[in-house]
Amino acid sequence: MESPVLKIEDFCAFFGANQVLKNVSVEITRNKVTAVMGPSGCGKTTLIRCVNRMHELTPNAKVSGKMLLLNEDIYSINPIVVRRKIGMVFQRPNPFPTMSIYDNVISGYKLNGIKLNKSEQESIVEESLKKSGLWNEVKDSLHRKGTFLSGGQQQRLCIARALAMKPEIILLDEPTSALDPKASNHIEELITELEQYVTILIVTHNTAQAARISDFTAFMYLGELIEFGPTEKLFTVPEDKRTEEYLTGKFG
Amino acid sequence: MNKDGVTFRLAKDRIFKGLVILFSFLSGIPLIIILYYITSKGISSINWDFIINLPKPVGEIGGGISNAIIGTLILVLVSCILAVPLGISAGIYLSETRKGKIAYVVRLCVEGLQGIPSIVIGIIAYAWVVVPMKTPSAISGSVALAIMMLPVIVRSTEETLKLMPNSLREASLALGVPYFRTILKVILPAGLSGIVTGILLSVARIAGETAPLLFTAFGGNFMNANIFKPMSSLPLLIFNYATSPYSELISFAWGASFVLAVLVLSLNIIAKLVAKKWKVQF
Repeated sequence: MESPVLKIEDFCAFFGANQVLKNVSVEITRNKVTAVMGPSGCGKTTLIRCVNRMHELTPNAKVSGKMLLLNEDIYSINPIVVRRKIGMVFQRPNPFPTMSIYDNVISGYKLNGIKLNKSEQESIVEESLKKSGLWNEVKDSLHRKGTFLSGGQQQRLCIARALAMKPEIILLDEPTSALDPKASNHIEELITELEQYVTILIVTHNTAQAARISDFTAFMYLGELIEFGPTEKLFTVPEDKRTEEYLTGKFG
Repeated sequence: MNKDGVTFRLAKDRIFKGLVILFSFLSGIPLIIILYYITSKGISSINWDFIINLPKPVGEIGGGISNAIIGTLILVLVSCILAVPLGISAGIYLSETRKGKIAYVVRLCVEGLQGIPSIVIGIIAYAWVVVPMKTPSAISGSVALAIMMLPVIVRSTEETLKLMPNSLREASLALGVPYFRTILKVILPAGLSGIVTGILLSVARIAGETAPLLFTAFGGNFMNANIFKPMSSLPLLIFNYATSPYSELISFAWGASFVLAVLVLSLNIIAKLVAKKWKVQF
């Protein structure tokens, strides 16, 4: 088996005295979709925010344990570098309101002061928008503001913005929870197409969504990783009783 | 009985509404009266010569107020150069640091500064700048005006940036953009309309100030662009001419009042337009 792109070992996270992740260990396989599901407050969002070190922006946040990105400890690299290698898409679409569609896609380079010549820029923008399935809809209006797009289009713009940085992993934090069913579908289809380019770690509270789009599923409950395995197996023959109860809707 | 109660309440309702509308109108009336007065008294002295010429020595007919107009513009410009970077920086700091002792003290000082009478600020600028330089100067006037601008700029920057959604900051940070670049290139541009509006309003506030300039910029009858020398300004000129015994100078003061009022009102209108036009949609 290929070495995992992300290896989480014995990872704990705290907000003040409150422990939100308890000894989580999991390996994320390259170019696969891994879903993290569980009831509200189980720590799934905290887990992925620890992966790109966003959670330490909260005052009093602490972590222990290891996270290895391609065998390099994420917590020994500068968070700025980590976040360029691990992209993130949030619950609510958040394109930069002052920028055009074009500038939004290239913003990761522009805001970081990375110089690109025009043709490089254009090819990155086109490639990223094509990968995120937005190119045909916006290719004639690249210089309009990103905020004029619909919610689903804005979310795909945010995915394009993350893809443009050519990250190893993209973290998706309930990317469809603010979207209507049609736009959600579109995003789900997109995610299954994207796994050829990038490893995807998606948080969802929607079990059906996890079943539809992921190759591997992690089930979390009260800060613990209860079960992790291939999606088909976890959904059909779960090993842990709590997983089964969650899937059958007995709690959560 | 019941029905009468309702009628009575409806009547009270109408009286209340009537009073509110009446008082709203009353609060608008002073401005209209002032504008009418200034226009009717000042418009007669307004012409091109009045705008572009220097004052003539007392006793001669004619002349203009060009030195005061230029002086006001220079004073305001220098004040902006002094106050805007300071004010915006403090505003950024306060919006980023909601809690904490230093932020608390800074906020308190800024609020306090807003309440200091302008004449006191003038005396402070006199002691700080005029006394060491041994001469009244435009720069000392600008220091006084800049101190008056500061609280307005700090507060408007802070309030504007506080309204920026956290998702905007996260979007930038998640791309690996360092904190200072996130503030300068994402948060500030998104709040530009509010910040620029605050600056324009603070300029409108100080453009008409006389008291801080009395012993700092001092005034003068000559054209001067050297900020280390005394400089005239519209409010100073109005103050000096209006208190003079010559009717010609008094009508000049009305004309200058008209110019000043137009200047300040247009700044207010521009501020409103900027706030509307540059507002960022999320």
